[in-house]
Amino acid sequence: MSAKETKTSKAKPRKEKDLQDKKRPGAWQVIAMPLLAVLTGLLVGAIVIVVTDARVIAAYRNFFQDPLGAIGLTFQTILVAYGALFSGALGSPERIFLAFERLFTTGETDGLVRAFWPLSESLVAATPYMLAGLAVAIGFKAGLFNIGAEGQFLMGALGSAWIGYTFHLPWYLHLPLALLGGAVAGALWAAVPGYLKATTGAHEVVNTIMMNWISFRLSDWLLNGPMKATGYRPITPVVDSTATLPRFFPDPIRLNLGFIVALAAAALVYWLLFKTTFGFEVRAVGTNPDASKYAGINVPRNIVLVMMLSGALAGLGGATQVLGVDHWVGQGFSAGYGFDSIAIALLGKSHPVGVILSALLWGALRNGATRMQSMAGIPIDIISIIQGLVIVFIAAPVIIRWLYRIRTLETEKVVLTRGWGK
Amino acid sequence: MSTVLELQGITKSFPGVLANDHIDLTLEQGEVHALLGENGAGKTTLMNILYGLYKPDEGKIKIKGNEVEIHSPNDAIRQGIGMVHQHFMLVPVMTVTENVMLGVETTRAGVFLDRAAVARKIREISERYGLEVDPDAYIKDLPVGAQQRVEIIKVLYREADILILDEPTAVLTPQEVEGLFKIIKTLVEKGKSLIFITHKLKEVLAIADRITVLRGGRVVGTVKPQEVTQEKLASMMVGREVSLVVKKQPANPGEVVLEVKDLHVRDERHNLTVRGVSFEVRAGEVLGIAGVQGNGQTELVYALTGLTPIVSGEIKIAGQTIHNTAPRQILERGVAHIPEDRQRHGLVLPFPIHDNMVLCTYYLPPFANGMVLQEKVIAENAARLAEEFDVRTPSVFVPASSLSGGNQQKVIVAREFSRPIKLLIASQPTRGLDVGSIEYIHSRIIQKRSEGTGVLLVSSELDEIMALSDRIAVMYKGQIVAIVPASKASKEYLGLLMAGIHPDEAAEKAVEATEEVERVF
Repeated sequence: MSAKETKTSKAKPRKEKDLQDKKRPGAWQVIAMPLLAVLTGLLVGAIVIVVTDARVIAAYRNFFQDPLGAIGLTFQTILVAYGALFSGALGSPERIFLAFERLFTTGETDGLVRAFWPLSESLVAATPYMLAGLAVAIGFKAGLFNIGAEGQFLMGALGSAWIGYTFHLPWYLHLPLALLGGAVAGALWAAVPGYLKATTGAHEVVNTIMMNWISFRLSDWLLNGPMKATGYRPITPVVDSTATLPRFFPDPIRLNLGFIVALAAAALVYWLLFKTTFGFEVRAVGTNPDASKYAGINVPRNIVLVMMLSGALAGLGGATQVLGVDHWVGQGFSAGYGFDSIAIALLGKSHPVGVILSALLWGALRNGATRMQSMAGIPIDIISIIQGLVIVFIAAPVIIRWLYRIRTLETEKVVLTRGWGK
Repeated sequence: MSTVLELQGITKSFPGVLANDHIDLTLEQGEVHALLGENGAGKTTLMNILYGLYKPDEGKIKIKGNEVEIHSPNDAIRQGIGMVHQHFMLVPVMTVTENVMLGVETTRAGVFLDRAAVARKIREISERYGLEVDPDAYIKDLPVGAQQRVEIIKVLYREADILILDEPTAVLTPQEVEGLFKIIKTLVEKGKSLIFITHKLKEVLAIADRITVLRGGRVVGTVKPQEVTQEKLASMMVGREVSLVVKKQPANPGEVVLEVKDLHVRDERHNLTVRGVSFEVRAGEVLGIAGVQGNGQTELVYALTGLTPIVSGEIKIAGQTIHNTAPRQILERGVAHIPEDRQRHGLVLPFPIHDNMVLCTYYLPPFANGMVLQEKVIAENAARLAEEFDVRTPSVFVPASSLSGGNQQKVIVAREFSRPIKLLIASQPTRGLDVGSIEYIHSRIIQKRSEGTGVLLVSSELDEIMALSDRIAVMYKGQIVAIVPASKASKEYLGLLMAGIHPDEAAEKAVEATEEVERVF
């Protein structure tokens, strides 16, 4: 009898409660899992730091003479390394405190600039990651694996640089035009594999990789030929100051409008994906293209549009790097932004907010690593290992669930790509 | 008779659901024990526990009196338990022999497959139990019934004494079902014991020695077929009185809403699977298309709904010609489509219910204002439809994947019926659903018919075709072999047409067959 009662009460949900009850059980896992992956990555990274440190190894050789010394050195090494990483990424709290003290006593701002410089550099480093990460994330949402963000990023940089040094316009025209140029160049570069996928079914993974190679060699040629600045180095001319993204603070702080552009792009992507009919189509096509076709959605058109939007975001990432930071493009300009962005999209679960957070983490790690190398003598490559570990833990959540005894959610299922050729 | 299997107090809970609640079940040697219940009653969970796929929270499993622990399918096989899954686990590009030996390969000198020895053993098994099958045939060339026989051979090859058949008749024609029942009888005669999972009442009464009915994870009762009727079993399953007969007024056909002339369509592999089909559907009538699955029905429906381009022929919907028109334009002309594969075409499973309820209309007001989705309207729409169509869910914000099959289908029906429609194309609308949901969906389809909608019903369930249709077309090898008024069609006659017998011959044979079938059922 009681079973029957619960069934009928379930059958007629009260409307108001029904409309409010939007939370799903276990929603905390969505946030907890990436955090635990990062934490675990740092923990395993600490082990890697220790076992590759010559002094620590030497101390363990003499473990029986001085066991406490060896253990002490182990923890000291980790502490120094991560301490340097932290202060390199976010600034040293002590310095910040002293700088504020001086500001209030003497009114001097120099110390403040120096204290906040590491944090601002992390934000500068995070900007291109954010835009390229959004590019890959929106692809994932539509079931497309855009490995070509690297090439689109590069094409965007070249496009915006070209507009930046070729035209001479007032800033209110020049800057938007240069940004737009970057976005359009990236979009067109991504449109090619998108169109091929939509019309012939050619897999975007293969074609975006090919487009990457074409963009690398194309840029080599451009930088040694048509776009080369006078002089012997293979770089473009410096863009006009009217095309640069304004910086917020005096030198050496390079934080610029590009960071705001990236945040705005994330907000736009969020709105498009979750609040519009376009986003509805993108997500439907991404999770079930057959049902999308059944529902009357034009699947091929959607694929091309999403690839173009993805390319535009990556291209915009290249543009902000040129117009905000470097002001010119040289060989080896993109150096992995597009590839790291795949990791960032994965870590951020392809959600714009997640992408912002993971791009910030990426920027901080990259920026802090430099200081870790100079202060603690830990090779910068350790950061790549930690980042790699984080991605492994994200891609294989079973490990994290097992380590921290987290139960699997029955409903959880992340669709990243739908496999080959289908 | 001795007890070969005993389940005592099996309990299994999943977060929020008590799937099995102290279930007791015994299986005697040489018995067919039917496990009957609606979807979600706990049949599959119980069998997965027995097969080592789930670990029970409580309870004991005894085999021939000894308590055993089953942690994996391998343990189960070692204990002599074999499972024939509803969805066959066969590799289509391999031969029967290769499939049977897969996982337990017999080898010579440790590395070379000994196909001949396995084939020999397969012949032995097939002779002994009347399981006709050619060991050298490729699975992809075999009809569904034969594939099922291969699955049974696979289990017997692994020397199972206890066979679990999970919904074995879902994919078979009436004649194939008859064949399966003969096999089951032979198996039992030779001392095997069977657990037969189903929700089809007629079959249970025809084949089972005992019937255990599950509802909401509990045993409602164990009965003998002689003691019960279909109605009684149905009410045990559902927990209330169920009407097994679809009540409907005589049809009142109006103007033609769908006209198909000499239609040719290719399937995904470019085989011509619809070869010159012509028919028409009028407003206010149900045209049923019967046929064994894979005779072109799927492609016919795809062509009508714009999912597949047509090769030649003509389709007119409400007087307008459809010639490779996009699916959206077809939908907008007032066509509703309940797709054959609800999880592939009908729903975006990870999407919440409220988004699935507007899958075809999300871009239209009031659900969208320009390109901005109106979330509140969408949610209210879903809550209203869920209530109207009795979708059982804690909230409309949960993903469609969390619903049972019957409730998923109700979401599709609710969505399709909430638009103004002239033509309803319903393809296998109740496949895999429980009695309660079938009853409900049938009544809704008939309701649409009486409102003046033309209905094209495609189903491989003859019972369903006969219960709902006003006229019945039988499809065989891409052609419609006959269209008969429902009042003049017998099950036997239609079954013979479905098997490819010429209509004239079928009419004669049907008379003899009636007696035969009656003896079996």
